[in-house]
Amino acid sequence: MIFTKEEIENLLRLVSLTNDAELNCEECLALVAEFAEQHLAGKSVSSGLEAVERHLDICDECREEFEALKKTLS
Amino acid sequence: MGRENKQWLRDLRGAVEDRESALTDLRDIVLRNLRKALAGRAHVDDSFLEDSVQDALLRILDRLDQFQGRSQFVTWATAIAIRVALGELRRSRWKDVSLDTVLEGTDHVPDRAIETAPGPEERFERQALIDKMLELIETDLTERQRTVLLAELRGMPQDEIARHLGSNRNAVYKLTHDARKKLKSALQKAGYQAEECATTLPH
Repeated sequence: MIFTKEEIENLLRLVSLTNDAELNCEECLALVAEFAEQHLAGKSVSSGLEAVERHLDICDECREEFEALKKTLS
Repeated sequence: MGRENKQWLRDLRGAVEDRESALTDLRDIVLRNLRKALAGRAHVDDSFLEDSVQDALLRILDRLDQFQGRSQFVTWATAIAIRVALGELRRSRWKDVSLDTVLEGTDHVPDRAIETAPGPEERFERQALIDKMLELIETDLTERQRTVLLAELRGMPQDEIARHLGSNRNAVYKLTHDARKKLKSALQKAGYQAEECATTLPH
């Protein structure tokens, strides 16, 4: 199993963003609607939703779903 | 149309007539939103959208108790529909790709970050960090963690990885989360801080 240097660089970025407690994708889905509405209203992210922002930084699939959701709200 | 959150929940849980009316309205809204969300994507046609909405409605109804009223109900429902639809698109794109193929694929892009780095000292330090990571991947992670991490880094969707491993997306996420935590902790023990890991040299 060979990791390329580019993959290691990507992994280093993910490791740097890693927290002990993170939402999983299901937990993110439960909160992403509220997060998206706040985001598009230009509100600062409330404390309970910071974990959503962190999950979206790590998880490409939830990020893709969030970007699609934003399109429906704009 | 124009229901508030409580009205949606009341109608969707209500008598047949209210329920059917609410379902018809919700179906129309979710279909419209899904069309907007997925506009311009390949393989998204009316048939795909209709099927996705049907699947999504079942999932939404199944999860009504999980709606906490912290957003608009239709935003919450649309988020679920988007997950269903994008999940299906990912599945159809990856269905014929085996995990082995992904792991064996070596579209090597070696040294790209290194060759164009600004200075020799920085290059040397970055190379040392990369070498340490390679070592830790071998010594600190399980075979399953390495498999899932590499498949993800090569773009395989978590649902697909889970399907190959007989698992689910949450379990796959936990595997990679545990792996990242292990690597972070081991790097810190080796004297590297998170900020150093985040620095990507210019390509």
